[in-house]
Amino acid sequence: MKTLLWGALPYIAFVLLVAGTVWRYRYDKFGWTTRSSQVYESKLLNIASPMFHYGILFVLVGHLVGLFLPMSWTEGFGVDEHTYHLFSLYGGTAAGVLLVLGILLLLYRRRTNTPVFRATTANDKLMYLVLFAAIVLGMVAKLTHTSGDGYNYRESIGPWARSLFTLRPDIDRMTGVPLLYEIHAVVGMVLFALIPFTRLVHMFSAPVQYLFRPYVVYRSKDPSRVGARPERRGWERTGS
Amino acid sequence: MARAGSGRRRVMAQIAMVMNLDKCIGCHTCSVTCKQAWTNRDGMEYVWFNNVETRPGQGYPRRYEDQEKWRGGWELNKRGALKLKNGGRIKSLLEIFSNPELPEIKDYYEPWTYEYRNLTDAPLGDDYPVAEPRSLISGKPMKIEWSSNWDDNLGGATEHGHLDPMVAKVRSQAADKVKFAFEQTFMFYLPRICEHCLNPSCVASCPSGAMYKREEDGIVLVDQDHCRGWRKCVTGCPYKKVYFNHRSGKAEKCTMCYPRVEVGLPTVCSETCVGRLRYLGVILYDPDQVTAAASEPDDTKLYEAQLGVFLDPADPGVREDAERSGISYDWIEAARRSPVHALISRYKVALPLHPEYRTLPMVWYVPPLSPVVDALNETGHDGEDASNLFGAIDTLRIPLEYLAEIFTAGDVGPVRASLEKLAAMRAHMRAINLGDAPDGSVAESVGMTGPEIEEMYRLLAIAKYEERYVIPTAAVADARRLEESAVPDTCSLDHQDGPGMGGDGPFGQDSGGRKRLPLVTVENFHVLRKRQTADEQPSAAEKANAAPEEDR
Repeated sequence: MKTLLWGALPYIAFVLLVAGTVWRYRYDKFGWTTRSSQVYESKLLNIASPMFHYGILFVLVGHLVGLFLPMSWTEGFGVDEHTYHLFSLYGGTAAGVLLVLGILLLLYRRRTNTPVFRATTANDKLMYLVLFAAIVLGMVAKLTHTSGDGYNYRESIGPWARSLFTLRPDIDRMTGVPLLYEIHAVVGMVLFALIPFTRLVHMFSAPVQYLFRPYVVYRSKDPSRVGARPERRGWERTGS
Repeated sequence: MARAGSGRRRVMAQIAMVMNLDKCIGCHTCSVTCKQAWTNRDGMEYVWFNNVETRPGQGYPRRYEDQEKWRGGWELNKRGALKLKNGGRIKSLLEIFSNPELPEIKDYYEPWTYEYRNLTDAPLGDDYPVAEPRSLISGKPMKIEWSSNWDDNLGGATEHGHLDPMVAKVRSQAADKVKFAFEQTFMFYLPRICEHCLNPSCVASCPSGAMYKREEDGIVLVDQDHCRGWRKCVTGCPYKKVYFNHRSGKAEKCTMCYPRVEVGLPTVCSETCVGRLRYLGVILYDPDQVTAAASEPDDTKLYEAQLGVFLDPADPGVREDAERSGISYDWIEAARRSPVHALISRYKVALPLHPEYRTLPMVWYVPPLSPVVDALNETGHDGEDASNLFGAIDTLRIPLEYLAEIFTAGDVGPVRASLEKLAAMRAHMRAINLGDAPDGSVAESVGMTGPEIEEMYRLLAIAKYEERYVIPTAAVADARRLEESAVPDTCSLDHQDGPGMGGDGPFGQDSGGRKRLPLVTVENFHVLRKRQTADEQPSAAEKANAAPEEDR
């Protein structure tokens, strides 16, 4: 079980994430969108969506620092464990509260606004379930381990996460990790595996190139091609 | 005329449109055929690539011209450089998680259907069953409160008329100019499609770079495979002619019917226009002057500035540069014969729609003169006498100021000049029709010559099919191949969920024979053109003989 969860699952999730994204890019560019529901309802979304997205970006940065920066590095910068803990507790909680409030509002909107709810697919529902579970579990895990310097995941989960890169996962590091953290980590990995197969793919199209390209884009026809392009795999006409 | 010896000028070609508003009867045929061709799909119920608005009126979506609210188009920053009105790139990316200026479906209208089943399925009772309206967005019964042409023909103008942003502008200068009282008011129709601008702000707003302007013909399109649904283009377009498909989550817009235009056919809206008021043709322009023209500090000079970007295809220097820029001979020839170029640059009767948005729009309008003649006749004057007409233009039912707010950023000069030319044309042609010698001074007074006026008359009034639409094919040298083999048996956009979806081809869905039918065009381009440009309808006998005749 331990090997499965901490030795195999991370790699399965990673392979699904990468292979799934490549597959989606090749076969479903047309479906690769935010699927925004803003035209149905704008007021709540204008508050909730930035809250959620900025919240989750801060939380992402927090996770990257917490998991992949070794303790010795932060201490090298002169940040001791206590300071780090306080920073992570307050900063993380602030971002987390923003995130949780954001997603609660979004879920409320999605459930109560009929057009938005009608536009919600089964795929979306599964994605929301896993996403919401990951977020709530993370918050709960953090807030139930606040006494003293809290639970120092940087001596257990962090080194395990880094050991994944060596392809020799240090599974033993995960013994004694509080159950809530374990569940959060598993749900998190499932969430990563789901990304390419849900609307979450839109995270990979963050349009940073917009900052560098000329305003007006010109394109010209491929001179070697006259008429319509041939059908591509996955794009064949249906019903003929 | 003389080209600067150093540095070669780049030349680009654009398929542009002019609409003659005098002829628009507001029948919405263009809107309906366009919708049937392009937007009769789920997620596109509220989308009208082509719509016809009654002006004064709020337009579609409501009050789209209020750029202080919707933030479309460009403006000049403090240093006089162009910037998107909705903010720069960084602001745009910071706001990417929700678009604060996005119109909601309710700003257009909530599309609905009727519960027709109830008419036959309702249990027997004392009351007549009714077909209840049902929202296509929420699926619930709904109260119909607004729709795409709710204020058509000034419906509700006494209540809603002041909501037209242009009415508000005119009234802020002259309070009594726009009246909505019965027998004092005025109206005209304004058909609108995508402007296919030279400086498109929708393209500039797209964070993904999915929107583009085609180099060959200037048509602005959305790459459906690269659109990520950020919705910035909807805000960026000041004409609100980019729409969000709420089912596929992608932006869609008027395609200028490029599959038709590429093979030399006019767009669906032009082809089906009952009043034959649309003109399609090529315009040559200098792409390197676009930014400078759009940066003209004075809003009212933007019209002239845009005219300055266009090149004269009769000028040998321009033709040489065009050839060097890779524009094929038949495109240059088409530009020379272009009705659009004639109306815009030669006669200067067509005007751009809202040049103050600084997008350099490419669908222009001949302003409406019509009511003035009847109005003059009613007062006992000779409505087509030049001196009466010229005097009446300033006191038109449709105030010059209102037209100017729409076409020239408020400068009445070009609008008056255009209307005077139309009035001169009437006086001149009346003289000819009555067998008098036309008075040369009438033409002269509007800066034209008699023959020029007669040419303009031919273009505007006779408006022959082949003179209204001068469209070079994408590969005219290869036209035969294009027609018969390179063109697929269906539209290239006819894929699942694509803009062309829903078309069942000429044989209908149930014939089931599309696969087995041989791939031939039912009526090829030249036969179609022959038929459409013939002066007489073919008689029954001719029709019966048509097939063998064509074989000859």
